[in-house]
Amino acid sequence: MVEQSGTALLLEQICNHHEDKIMPLGAFKAALMGTAGVSAAGADVVLLSTTTVSDDATVDITSGIDSTYGEYIFRFYNIHPATDSTEFLFQVNGAGESGFNETITSTQFRTYHPESGGTGGSIGISYDASRDQAEGTAYQELSAEVGSGNDESLAGILHLFNPASTTYVKHFIWRGTAYYSEDANYANWTAGYINTTTAIDEISFMFASGNVESGTIKMWGVK
Amino acid sequence: MAMTLITTNTSSDAASSDFTSSIDNTYKLYIFKFYDVEPETESVYFSFQGSTDGGSNYDTTMTTTNFIASHREDDGGTTQLIYRTGNDQAEGSAFQLLCQSMGVGGADESAVGELHLFNPSNTTYVKHFYCTAQHYQDTPGSQNSFTAGYFNTTSAIDAVSFKMSSDNMDGTIKMYGVG
Repeated sequence: MVEQSGTALLLEQICNHHEDKIMPLGAFKAALMGTAGVSAAGADVVLLSTTTVSDDATVDITSGIDSTYGEYIFRFYNIHPATDSTEFLFQVNGAGESGFNETITSTQFRTYHPESGGTGGSIGISYDASRDQAEGTAYQELSAEVGSGNDESLAGILHLFNPASTTYVKHFIWRGTAYYSEDANYANWTAGYINTTTAIDEISFMFASGNVESGTIKMWGVK
Repeated sequence: MAMTLITTNTSSDAASSDFTSSIDNTYKLYIFKFYDVEPETESVYFSFQGSTDGGSNYDTTMTTTNFIASHREDDGGTTQLIYRTGNDQAEGSAFQLLCQSMGVGGADESAVGELHLFNPSNTTYVKHFYCTAQHYQDTPGSQNSFTAGYFNTTSAIDAVSFKMSSDNMDGTIKMYGVG
């Protein structure tokens, strides 16, 4: 947990106490105190960083992932692709290594429902074998075929468990929901493990094609 | 949503991981997070039960559902999304399966996840729960498990126990209260 000065702590306490009355969660608190450690003092889920995306090829979080917490939670708000119908992906890097290319075995299933209502096979739940990996080193798909219309985006949550362990593989669980490029809701459940006993200390997010045009990613540590 | 860490149980070669205090009306939701839980024996399952008498007996009646997604490292076998009728209970009082066919062949194999238990001290309604887990299965691969159900009792649930279906376990389980 990032240590805070007395002034920052006081500001935080004021912000939290009066959050609903005078200060919306987020921008002002981050502006006053920086993005690290802005959760309530003594809280057991701590906001570690906020990344605001601006037409970036990748969104890499390269600090703050260590042995401090047993679980890291990444929340995704209105992640918007520059290119239509593209997949949202993630990979990680082992401590002391280079490149986002760790070995992953994963599962993925989805639910799908078009705005038109649809019939038969166009609605339902299914395993998606084209989006899992068996000891692969590619970026792992999280959400598929996200639309790039002005009001289209994805949201989700990724849990990364015990990334600093040098004993166990590193498990992850994703749940996301997206505006599919063909005007539908496309929800994905992805889970798996990074098959390494090397600690993981960096994580990267990107779209399969084109930039991440906008969105916010917040990283939390769980005590 | 404020989440408060209440108890941390670290198990090493233990028969079970029991939470026998602090489950009361302080919080409406209790979340149990388990990190790198590992069995001593291959192919067992990780499970839990609730108690209405402070942990003297873990045999509360429950009705549950369970489904999984699984995928092997060699891309072989059956890659599947399937409801597991063998993993659910219909007014049963056994420990409820959360992770099946756990691996222990390698020292790096484990399970993680979280169990949400809603309003356990309520004496009007049944007590609902759901669990999402991810583990390294015995045929090397990834298994993502979804379990939900309810304790069919209007008595308060005041203790929870986790254990393997056979032999002992290692790992850390943390209990949080959500206000």
